[in-house]
This record gives sequence, structure tokens and C-alpha cells, in this order.
Amino acid sequence: MDIFCNEQHDLIRQSVRQFAETEIKPLAQELDEKEQFSYPLTKRMGELGLFGMYIAPEYGGQGTDYLSYIIAVEEIARVDGSQAATLAAHNSLGIGPINRYGTEEQKIQYLPRLCTGEALWGFGLTEPDAGSDSRGSRTVALPDGDDWVINGSKIFITNAATKITLGSTIQAVTGTQGDDKSFSTIIVPQDTPGYSAAEMHRKMMWRASNTGQLFLDGCRVPKSNLLGKEGEGSKIMLSTLDSGRLAIAAMGLGLAQGAYEMSLAYAKERQQFGKPLIKFQAIAFKLADMATKVETARNLLYKACWLKDNQQPYAKEAAMSKLYCSEVAKWVADEGVQIHGGYGLMKDYDIERFYRDQRLLQIGEGTSEIQRLVISRHIGC
Amino acid sequence: MKIIVCIKQVPDTTEIKINPATGTLIREGVPSIMNPDDKGGLEMALELKEKHNAHITVLTMGPPQADSILREAMSMGADRAILLTDKRFAGADTLATSHALAGALRKLDFDLIITGRQAIDGDTAQVGPQIAEHLGLPQVTYLRDLSFDGNKTFTLTRETEEGYQLLEADAPCLVTVLASARKARYMRVRGIVEAYSRDVEIWGFEQIEVNEEFLGLKGSPTQVKKAFAKDMKSPGSVYEAEPEEAVGIIISKLKEKFII
Repeated sequence: MDIFCNEQHDLIRQSVRQFAETEIKPLAQELDEKEQFSYPLTKRMGELGLFGMYIAPEYGGQGTDYLSYIIAVEEIARVDGSQAATLAAHNSLGIGPINRYGTEEQKIQYLPRLCTGEALWGFGLTEPDAGSDSRGSRTVALPDGDDWVINGSKIFITNAATKITLGSTIQAVTGTQGDDKSFSTIIVPQDTPGYSAAEMHRKMMWRASNTGQLFLDGCRVPKSNLLGKEGEGSKIMLSTLDSGRLAIAAMGLGLAQGAYEMSLAYAKERQQFGKPLIKFQAIAFKLADMATKVETARNLLYKACWLKDNQQPYAKEAAMSKLYCSEVAKWVADEGVQIHGGYGLMKDYDIERFYRDQRLLQIGEGTSEIQRLVISRHIGC
Repeated sequence: MKIIVCIKQVPDTTEIKINPATGTLIREGVPSIMNPDDKGGLEMALELKEKHNAHITVLTMGPPQADSILREAMSMGADRAILLTDKRFAGADTLATSHALAGALRKLDFDLIITGRQAIDGDTAQVGPQIAEHLGLPQVTYLRDLSFDGNKTFTLTRETEEGYQLLEADAPCLVTVLASARKARYMRVRGIVEAYSRDVEIWGFEQIEVNEEFLGLKGSPTQVKKAFAKDMKSPGSVYEAEPEEAVGIIISKLKEKFII
């Protein structure tokens, strides 16, 4: 227990850690190697209650605070980035916007199934030519009678192309406001004619997570599939990313924690020049710095969660957490490989996977540069 | 069916340290867990709950912070939780502990009492059998399996050094269970949330039925003379050999050490 965590948080951590170590850890390396999404693990994470944790029980959720969810992501990421990615993307980007902006009908229709681990949902924002510049997206939705007709494509969409994906929330241009484009978010079920999702392969990291490329070709959905109000797409997207950043930060924190623990254990065991590596100050100081950075990252992230849970503004702290935790993950994984020496370059050692997995964290859901932009605006630059 | 599972909060012995001056465990900074054998027993009870609609009460004696293992048990599916805590219970050895627990059990209805075989901090395996003696109940220890006929008879598989014994016992009875008997379920998030919306009952001396003489330090004949961490043994040697050759190796090693 600490200043941010109560006993309930501690029990959630205990349970998720035990699950991750017993059920995920033995499979992580092989799933990564085979680039294989695990339906059984997704289902089991659902049974444990990890999907829809912060969603109200009447919609099938568990009714926890946001910090509980962040702790769960952290604990899964401590063992495997891919499963943490499935979890974080589905909760923050799949479930999150429907929960926050959906009508009562939409929430009842989608959320209960999305909270089970038997169904996933994507969030289609990024396009081939619109990454950090999300306003540059070209996917267009035009009204036609009682329908929207959508044309365009999306790329790098987590969970969007699995066999259990029910659909995605698509951001599309729906008009103009002055000289500017205005965006809306629209619910597109997976079986909509003109809609297709293709799995993307040959990733460097999160290889056991699902990444989809989406094609919308005269894709027609009823007007009632609009999520939130027309023209509010940018607002929905930005607020979704604010809370999503906390989960990416949690992935960085968990990865850093895991990399630190395995490096410490290795340095205790590995003998060179007749003594364990931890007895060499050069290594001991690296480990001391790892422990310090992980602790600092955790305090920053939990503070941001505390702000969110207490209905305080948290966007600046969320950006700081995402920036800092992902950079810490990069540093710790890198030094972790250094401590492991030649073995750290081999796939038999988890640190090799962690070293690859961390690299997304400074890019996805807003690059480190975009986080700095967000922070700089918050501090009046 | 009503089941009471007696559980204990123990320090995680993989991280244990002993205060050299007092010979007692240093508990500060050591994570506390539910005793593994007790957890196996709780899982057995939860299985009976699912199959036979049993009602499960978890009972522990300990300081107020033992609340957390009761929450853990409720998160897993226990229906009711009771914490025995009172200054008069403090300093109890196994005998005084079993008297306090028996005192509480006299106030409760049950068909089956489950305890762990032993706790990893003391490893005595005494408390379960002592409770059974105080309450005049039949007891079967070292269980690795249990089933219930739905009426009043339990079929019990008891582990022994050579193999196992298959026994039957009628309710009410007390069993002690091995951790390896069951793989305990994970606490689900919903279970954890609900566990914290319910109450743990706190019982003191006034709530139980026992003579005060039998409790706490007064009721504890055991006195710890000394506790110490065991020295690490040097690693043994492994030989792969046919039986005849192996006998020769063993004899020569024993002679080398002047044992024979």
C-alpha cells in the first residue's frame, strides 16, 4: 500500500501478477516467435475481469477506478507487451469511446460483449498519410438518406482484424467548419458490406498482438451509428487519447519493471571474474538507476491516474506519463540487454523481446515528439 | 452444507529473515500471503460450493492486517469472513491458537471444517488436529482429494509417505488439506471489488466460547528457545551409475567420511 494504492489495488495487482506469471509468461516467447494472436489468453483475461474494468457493472464492467485498470495493464506488461497491447487497446480505445460517448442503446448493444474477452473492438484513427497529423486524415463519410457512406482506409489499428473483432470506431471527415475539416466518429460493425480488415504482419514488436489495416469502400452504416455528435470527432479522439496515454504509460512502466527485475536477477546469478555481476559497481549503478527511474515513472503515472479518478484535469500529466514511462522503458530495456551481454541478444532470453517491444511505446498513440508538443502547450509555450 | 475454512496469514517464506538478537521473524517489509495449504483447502471448499451449493465461512486469528487474506478469500468466492483479533489472543502457540479457533467454531454451524495441513511459517501441522480434538470431531489429515455424496458422507484421499489412503467420514468432521490438492483460482476483478463492499466480522474474546486461561501467552506451553536460519549445505554430487556400481560408490564415500 502506498499513497496512491489501497488494499483493493494491492489485491488486483496480486491477482493479475499471478495470472500473468502463470498463464502468460510460459507462452509469451513462442507466441512472439510465431507472430500469433492468442484467443485463449484473450478469453482468460476476460474471465479474470480485465476487459471493461472501469466500466459500470450495468454494462458488463467491473466498476473499478482507472488506477486499478492501469495496474492491471502494468502487471501484464511486466510479463508480455503483446497481451498488454491487446488489453490496453481494447479497454482504452475500443471500449473507452463507446462508454463515454455512446447513447444508452449503443452502450447496451456493444459494451456487455466487449467486456467478456470474447469480442474485441478497434479504434480507427491513423491513416497511411495521417499519423501525428491526424487532421490530415482523408477518410470521408457522406450522408445519404438515413445512412453514412464511408470511403477511405486506416492503418496500424490494434485488435481490428481478429476473428472476434466486432467492429471499429472510425474517424471520418463529415464536413467543413469554415476552412477547416470537421470530423465525426462512426461505429462500423465488422460485417458491414464494403468494409474489410486485413491483418498486418512482420512487425518488430508486439508480435502476438493483432494489428489491422482497414478498407472502407462505399461502406454504408445507418446514421444512428454516429458516436457522439456530428463534428465532435476531434474532441472524442483527443479525449480518448488522453486516457489512452495512461495505458501506454502503464505498458512502459510494466515493461521497465519487468526488464529491471530480470536484469537484477541475472546480475545476481551471472559470475564474471569470480564474482556476481552485482558486485561490480558499473553494473550495480545501472541497476540503481533502473530502480530509481521505475519508481519515478510509477509515481508520475499514478499521480495522473489519481487526478483522473478524482475528476481533476489530467491531460498534461497523462502526456508527461506517456512520454516519461515510454522513455524509461527504452532506457531500462537497453541497459538490461547490456547487463545480459551476449545472452541478451538471444531470443531465449526475455530481455530480447522486451528490447523490441518497448520501441513502439515512443511512437504509438502519440509519438514522444507529440507528447512534448502537448506538454509545451499546457505550460504556455 | 456449511463449510468453515480456517486460514492463516503468513510471511512469504521465500523472503524470510530472522532477528538474530531475539530469534523471531522479522515481519517488516516481508510480503504477507495466504498460507498455501489453506488456499488449497479454500479451493476445495469453493468446488463444493459450486457442486453442492455450500456456504463458506473463512475464519482467521491474527492482527487487524490479517483482514487482507479474508478479502482475498471473499474475492475468490467465500461468503462470510470472520477475523478473531484481541489482545488476549496475542502470543499464542499452536495450542492456544487452536483453543481460540475452537472457541469461535463453537459459535458457528458447520458440516465440514477445512484447515491447511500446516503453515509455512511454523510448519507444525498441529492446529487443525488440535481443533478437532477440542471439538470432539473426527479428523482426516493430509488430504489430496475430497468428494461429497450430497447427503452426509465425504470420500477422502489422504496422502501418506508410501501412497494414499481412501477413507470415508460423515459430517461433521475436520480435514486438513495439502496445497497441491487443488490449484487455487485467481481472484477475479469483480470478486475483489465486491469483497471490499462487504464486511469482515471482527470477533474478540467476548464473542467466542472458551476459558480465558487457554488463550494467548498464558495458554501457550511452547517456549521458543532459539530460532536461526539454516546454513546452506554444500551441493551434493550426482553420479549416474548402474545399481552395482552405485553401491560401490556409496560405500566408498561413506568410508571416506568414516561413517562406516
